[in-house]
Amino acid sequence: MRTPLALALATLVAAVPAHAQDQVVNVYNWSDYIAEDTLGNFTAETGITVNYDVFDSNELVEAKLLAGNSGYDVVVPSGFFLERQIRAGLFQPLDKGKLPNLSNMDPTIMEETAAHDPGNEYAVDYMWGTTGLGYNVAAVTERLGEDADLESWDLLFDPETVAKLADCGVAMLDAPAEAYAAALNYLGLDPNSESEEDLARAEELLLSVRPHIRYFHSSQYIDDLGNGEICLAMGYSGDVFIAQAAAADAGQGVEIAYVIPKEGALKWFDMFAIPADAPNPENAHAFINFMLRPDIAAANTNYVFYASGNGAALELIDDEVKNDPAIYPTAEVAENLFTLKAHSPEYDELLTRSFTRVKTGQ
Amino acid sequence: MTSLAEIEVRPRQRPWSVLERGLRTAGLSGRALVIFAPALWLTVFFLVPLAVVFGISLATKQFGRPPYSDLLTFAEDGTVQLTLHLSNFIRLFTDALYVNAYLNSIKISAIATVVALLIGYPMAYFIARMNDPWRNILLMLVILPFWTSFLLRVYALSGFMRGNGVINNFLGAFGLGPIVMMQTDFAVYVGIVYTYLPFMILPLYTNLVKLDEALLEASADLGAKPWRTFLSVTLPLSIPGIVAGSMLVFIPAIGEFVIPSLLGGPGTLMIGRVLWDEFFANTNWPRASAVAIAMLVVVVVPIMLMQKAQDAVVERDK
Repeated sequence: MRTPLALALATLVAAVPAHAQDQVVNVYNWSDYIAEDTLGNFTAETGITVNYDVFDSNELVEAKLLAGNSGYDVVVPSGFFLERQIRAGLFQPLDKGKLPNLSNMDPTIMEETAAHDPGNEYAVDYMWGTTGLGYNVAAVTERLGEDADLESWDLLFDPETVAKLADCGVAMLDAPAEAYAAALNYLGLDPNSESEEDLARAEELLLSVRPHIRYFHSSQYIDDLGNGEICLAMGYSGDVFIAQAAAADAGQGVEIAYVIPKEGALKWFDMFAIPADAPNPENAHAFINFMLRPDIAAANTNYVFYASGNGAALELIDDEVKNDPAIYPTAEVAENLFTLKAHSPEYDELLTRSFTRVKTGQ
Repeated sequence: MTSLAEIEVRPRQRPWSVLERGLRTAGLSGRALVIFAPALWLTVFFLVPLAVVFGISLATKQFGRPPYSDLLTFAEDGTVQLTLHLSNFIRLFTDALYVNAYLNSIKISAIATVVALLIGYPMAYFIARMNDPWRNILLMLVILPFWTSFLLRVYALSGFMRGNGVINNFLGAFGLGPIVMMQTDFAVYVGIVYTYLPFMILPLYTNLVKLDEALLEASADLGAKPWRTFLSVTLPLSIPGIVAGSMLVFIPAIGEFVIPSLLGGPGTLMIGRVLWDEFFANTNWPRASAVAIAMLVVVVVPIMLMQKAQDAVVERDK
């Protein structure tokens, strides 16, 4: 009991805002998702201290928001979770008068995110990306041969192929919605399907490759891909690029690649939103507005390698980032990308139970 | 009411007698105060939270804030309706996941406890037989790891066991390996034994250090070989230490979450992880609460057994 308590206390300490007279904003963002100097710059300009806390799964954010009194002023869930969180009344509408930098947003992205947040009333996109495959080029080619097709979900979902990679380590996201969406899409089914029959087929597919998967985790693979501990991971685009950069820096000869498989992949939007019970909504708006400034948005994208939802930032983004089709997909690839709608709570129950069966064999 | 303080009161000698008299006029005795503090503590930090958890376990999941249904609903006409759902507890038995997770947690804890005992007993015995200052230095070394965060120590273990970690690099130097140790049950055993070993050693040490060496001499004088002496004298006398140490390892290990999460594989099914998943991944507070209550029951049984064993020892020693 000692340990969970210690963890809970640590989380509390991180989440509890300082006294009201100090200007603070409590931000809960994805891990490895911001440039090193962004928070410092924000504090220098506004005098508002940032309490910054990170997560690596949408489920965790949702659990904290549903618990209430999370103490966070800004959270960054993905659109397909945010959608039902808005409906459950977990957020307050954005005061657009306090967000002049909204004008910098890419209108296409705003249109796409409106599918999750009708009228863009509650949230604004921070970055967007895809959920594809990251792999260790040398290790995978060595095991599958020179002419293996490395641009297909076969790498992960074909039992014979993935079996050859089991010895060098295969990891999968601990995110049921995304794992099943990818599996359904691979089977040629609608990734947004909520039919039990489709769910059973996806489960069957996942179970068929399960013996070859070493672990399910949504951030561990970043380190592990980078240092050669695993050779294939279903992962978030930018996170794989972080692994790629880390591997290149380490100079151990590990080369990491990210691929949006040709069968298609999930395109998601991570969106700033302000919880309904945020203690400092004023500062939350100041923070979001700051993050929407073109130079700040560009600096973040240049650092974390995710595409920015900020149109005005595009010209400030490094050429190697904006011309990388794995970050800013070409029109041809973009056609194969699909988006997810929020699942109904009833389906979610079946989904998570099914995923537990896949993970634990129970 | 005659309180202890009144009987023993010796004014003038005790500077706090003024305070005592004050408390007495307020109707409070020293004894009441002494009992009151821990009782209040237990009520606020144990009984009330437990009642809350039990209450939630009788609700159903709903998507909203809070994520569970109300037990009490108040109608316009003043009727109060109490709705209790037993479905969460029923599910614990009908869905094999939970029973298997409990059984597997008990299995893993039991094996880890036996291993910790086999390693810890000789260490405790050795320390108890040492002379000062070595004894204190060795005891210090046993306690020293507590100065580092538990989380860090467990995480550091992965540095030993990973594919390009210390052990595999060492094996690699001899052309062996690499052996996959991370994300296996083996790593979980290593983690639990490593983390909880001091809890095994300390009670054993306290027991063994009190062992009367005259008994060992007597045994030797009567012709017993050292091994025989150990089995007939030392071991039986150290049973209270073995029981205490084993329980201190076994009980917390059952609910362990951090070690299987950081070191175990997805198939390492332990109830602490199931609980975490229900709470954070599935946002099913009622189910998570039911799992927690059931876990408490599972752990209370060995605690009662330990209590019984200790009472038996006390009886025998009288």
